[in-house]
Amino acid sequence: MSINIDKNPESDVLPERIRRFPFPFTAEQYRYSANVEPAHKTVETEAGAWGAGLIDIDEFYLQELADRDQILTRDPSRMQVLPHMRPAVWDALTAVLSSMAEDYPDTMSFHREGNTCRWQNTLQNLNIEFTAGDDDSLPGGPMRFLGSQIQDDIVLLDIREDTMWLDAGLVSFAADWSFSFDVGMNFLEIHGPVPRVKEENIVRRAEQFLMRLQPGEQFRRTNWTMTIGQRLDTSTETYPEWGPDRGTIATDPDLPDKLHLRVEVQHLIRLPHTGVVMFLIRSYLLSLTDIAKVPVWREKLGHVLAELPEDMAEYKGIIRYRKAASDWLLAS
Amino acid sequence: MTTTALPISAHPAVEGGLQLEVTSVSVQTESIVSIILANPSGGTLPSYVPGSHLVVQYGDGVNAYSLTGSGNAPSEYAISVLRVEDGAGGSMAMHQLAVGDRVYVSRPRSAFAPVSTATHHLLVAAGIGITPVLSHARAAADRGTTSSLIYVYRPGAGAHVDEARELLGPALTECSNRTGFQEVLTEQLASQNLGTHLYVCGPGAFMDGVLGQARELGWPEARLHSEAFGAAELDEGEPFSVNLVRSGIKLEVPAGVSLLETLENAGKTIPNMCRKGICGECSLSVLRGAPQHRDLYLTDEEKAENTTMMCCVSRSEDPELELDL
Ligand code: HEM
Ligand code: FES
Repeated sequence: MSINIDKNPESDVLPERIRRFPFPFTAEQYRYSANVEPAHKTVETEAGAWGAGLIDIDEFYLQELADRDQILTRDPSRMQVLPHMRPAVWDALTAVLSSMAEDYPDTMSFHREGNTCRWQNTLQNLNIEFTAGDDDSLPGGPMRFLGSQIQDDIVLLDIREDTMWLDAGLVSFAADWSFSFDVGMNFLEIHGPVPRVKEENIVRRAEQFLMRLQPGEQFRRTNWTMTIGQRLDTSTETYPEWGPDRGTIATDPDLPDKLHLRVEVQHLIRLPHTGVVMFLIRSYLLSLTDIAKVPVWREKLGHVLAELPEDMAEYKGIIRYRKAASDWLLAS
Repeated sequence: MTTTALPISAHPAVEGGLQLEVTSVSVQTESIVSIILANPSGGTLPSYVPGSHLVVQYGDGVNAYSLTGSGNAPSEYAISVLRVEDGAGGSMAMHQLAVGDRVYVSRPRSAFAPVSTATHHLLVAAGIGITPVLSHARAAADRGTTSSLIYVYRPGAGAHVDEARELLGPALTECSNRTGFQEVLTEQLASQNLGTHLYVCGPGAFMDGVLGQARELGWPEARLHSEAFGAAELDEGEPFSVNLVRSGIKLEVPAGVSLLETLENAGKTIPNMCRKGICGECSLSVLRGAPQHRDLYLTDEEKAENTTMMCCVSRSEDPELELDL
């Protein structure tokens, strides 16, 4: 097979989805690490750049929000707010909306006088007034509303008893985990299924780090896995819909188009008024066909997949097809 | 040579903070003034967690003061300052501030936060210790949680008494002598529900006494919270020097500036990522001297060896470190 496509054959310029893709690998092998860095820092990639702002809005904005709305209607358990987290949800909403207004002044604005807030988002023809702290002043309440403005999944962790508790969130696009199963768990329990991280002390270190952050501080990290098909909802709840593909993709002639590298840009933010940790998960999918348009990416991903230790590949759910994927990527 | 005064520059502890204007100074008691700070160009200030403090620069020193508001989208920051005649001078300088003066302040820092799951907040304050718990009482009212306050002050020397009365009504107990306070405290500590959290602020011995009594009455540690007033730590560390053996140069690392920043300012490129002591990227080899390890990356054993240090946060126990650089 020949894949000597260095550039998009159509034009000299790669499409946006590739140029803005947060390609996560810097080397030809990947291991877990406490890979956190300050947010709001542009990262140049071989194809473009990502990471200048906090909330990233791209060409899939309306589509993903429509998907999320359907998922929530079908399965309300994807959104939960324990009662003591209500102030934190408002804190999250006001912090995120004002950050969006700053990053997208041409399409969005946010004004606050006391608790009276006005939010305009011309991408959705929205111009809405609400009262911070009054759950009835927004359609569906503040968490559902926040989930209708950003593509990111939202998790809020309360800090008590020297640890963090996952006590609220809206997660429609979980990558092989269940939000409603994790509600009420602490940071260590959440990471229970992840191999290696306990032995390597990554989880405890990350926890100490997050608890020491001062309100207003913003950090981020990336994480990755693979997804079959252009679908963001690969939650435990819908496993029967997507799980079986894992057994058939290796021999599927459409593997390069169907198999996607899935990258999560995760923001870690201490909210200003409640001190709660807000964890935002923004998921990006890029097919192997697209990856292969950037020669350095093609090679790096090919090597990472080939080299990844068995326990990590098993945990990520890619063990049955990672060889087929890396063979395709590395074939010249 | 010019005779114009040097512009005062921001102290490292308030770097990345705000420049605010004094909009009001009011006398609370003989020795306590309240100072209101606002954004000179108008507009809201960053929200803060109840019980937070602000680091304020005076001349070339800094001091920390508790914010007394609820912290919810504030248009101004209010602090109250007790004049300490034999202190380091900060409180005297603060007492000389006048309306219109500009000051550098840090962003609010949280070290005495309320617990969100508490069903009731029992606040205990002595003297100027009223300031952070007033913030707690306001935030509790905002959030629809109940709070009660035991406030000890010398007759005629209580700050914010009227505000506390208005805010708390019958939930405020004022005490002006030790025996009266002891009775009230014992009674309240013994009668609280399981969901109550205790917050205490005042002189060290006062806080130790209150916390000790709570423990004796069976309060678990997780429900006890305290803040040493006015003394919130400014962890800027001591100055030290580093000898870069391979480069043959020696650098001074001032208090409040990290070794990583010092090296970068001297033109060195040191790999780094988090700049917070967790990722492990900025590791340096130490040839001589004992680093003061302040990172989360190295294990205790690795720290004890003193051969590696994370230069973004760690400093030195010795006056000088020798580095393989
Ligand atoms: C504070 C917010 C965080 C939340 C809510 C969170 C949540 C999660 C969840 C739900 C999973 C999937 C676990 C499963 O299989 O059930 C996961 C995986 C993981 N997390 Fe976190 N996490 C957070 C922060 C961090 C941080 C700061 C780090 C490291 C510095 C980290 C490292 C990891 C790693 C390495 C995995 C495995 C990922 C993979 O191989 O796909 N997490 N996390
Ligand atoms: S830069 Fe991350 S440990 Fe120093």
